[in-house]
Amino acid sequence: MEPSREWPLYEVFVRGKRGLNHVHVGSLRAADAEMALRNARDLYTRRNEGVSIWVVEAKAITASSPDEKDPFFAPSGDKVYRHPTFYDIPENVPHM
Amino acid sequence: MDAADTDARTGADARLADFERTIERDQRIEPRDWMPDRYRSTMVRQIAQHAHSEIIGMQPEGAWITRAPSLRRKAILLAKVQDEAGHGLYLYSAAETLGADRPELTARLISGRQKYSSIFNYPTPSFADVGVIGWLVDGAAICNQVPLCRSSYGPYARAMIRICKEESFHQRQGYELLMTLMRGTEAQRRMVQESVDRWWWPSLMMFGPPDAESTHTAQSMAWKIKRHTNDELRQRFVDMTVPQAAALGVTLPDPDLRWNAERGHHDFGEVDWSELKRVISGDGPCNAERIEVRRAAHEDGAWVREAAAAHAAKRARREGEAA
Repeated sequence: MEPSREWPLYEVFVRGKRGLNHVHVGSLRAADAEMALRNARDLYTRRNEGVSIWVVEAKAITASSPDEKDPFFAPSGDKVYRHPTFYDIPENVPHM
Repeated sequence: MDAADTDARTGADARLADFERTIERDQRIEPRDWMPDRYRSTMVRQIAQHAHSEIIGMQPEGAWITRAPSLRRKAILLAKVQDEAGHGLYLYSAAETLGADRPELTARLISGRQKYSSIFNYPTPSFADVGVIGWLVDGAAICNQVPLCRSSYGPYARAMIRICKEESFHQRQGYELLMTLMRGTEAQRRMVQESVDRWWWPSLMMFGPPDAESTHTAQSMAWKIKRHTNDELRQRFVDMTVPQAAALGVTLPDPDLRWNAERGHHDFGEVDWSELKRVISGDGPCNAERIEVRRAAHEDGAWVREAAAAHAAKRARREGEAA
């Protein structure tokens, strides 16, 4: 008998209801993507928590950096002029 | 010390300061953040023990699924035991974010290198035990777990939020089961009282040893992976349970249990800590059986895991050939 292959790790994303994005809810192990979907249904939507599920093999995900404090995001840090509150508009100007 | 060493030292200090500041601000530590090795190993131990408890916790009640007295009770019990499996899996998933290896965690459980909650080493000889486990054991678990929804480790806190929502059903179905028995015959009422007598003290032990003897409490509180001490949570549980017992019409088996107006809490008797020590160290009524059942399930399921992997490999190969 050949040694059993470790089941890969899948990340699970659930759309809670129509109109919402899929949101990451956790992970699970499954032999293939089809089994991952069925297991995700049983594990993460036992109480009508979803209308749609995505499963993605964890190793297929490319992430920004090994750290959540990422200089990658620094370029947006000093651009306050991208926010509407940066601009002073007199209060008597309507609909702004 | 050369310049490179100094840089490395400064880098490590900065990372530790970042880590501590994140906790200080009540923000969450996420999987790929730097964290002290001891924080990581403590979290793996805490999450794995919790996951193991959920998985082993399927057994005492699972034994009653085929013998539940009605289809309604059977469906409820099945859903509950399925939830316990789900809770175990959420938690193993959280442990994996810390680099823990899932098969290795199972191996550690089966070989006795990692523990699970002592409460699941007690037997369930009566159907009233299903109700009492829901009421007292899940009630105590909720007391323990609600503060963990604010654990500093993000994936664990998020798993706990899901778990706590589902535990509420567990506790209520148990209490309702007991109310139904209490409205029944005299023999059924005796059955409930007898079960309460057996589970009350082990439930109090679920909060762990008294604060004075709890070895990890201080560090865990500083890291915000524990939010209240064992004795605080135990007191909260007693205060919550006393009126529930009165409403049910059962007696909690503790002659020293009484309201203390001065403290604003109930006083209660001393837990038999030697029993907790004995059960944790492996000498409870069901320790060997629980592990044996888990081992058999794992070994008997090996061919299924292998067959599924072989099937997946074959399909992947065929898709490759077709492309």
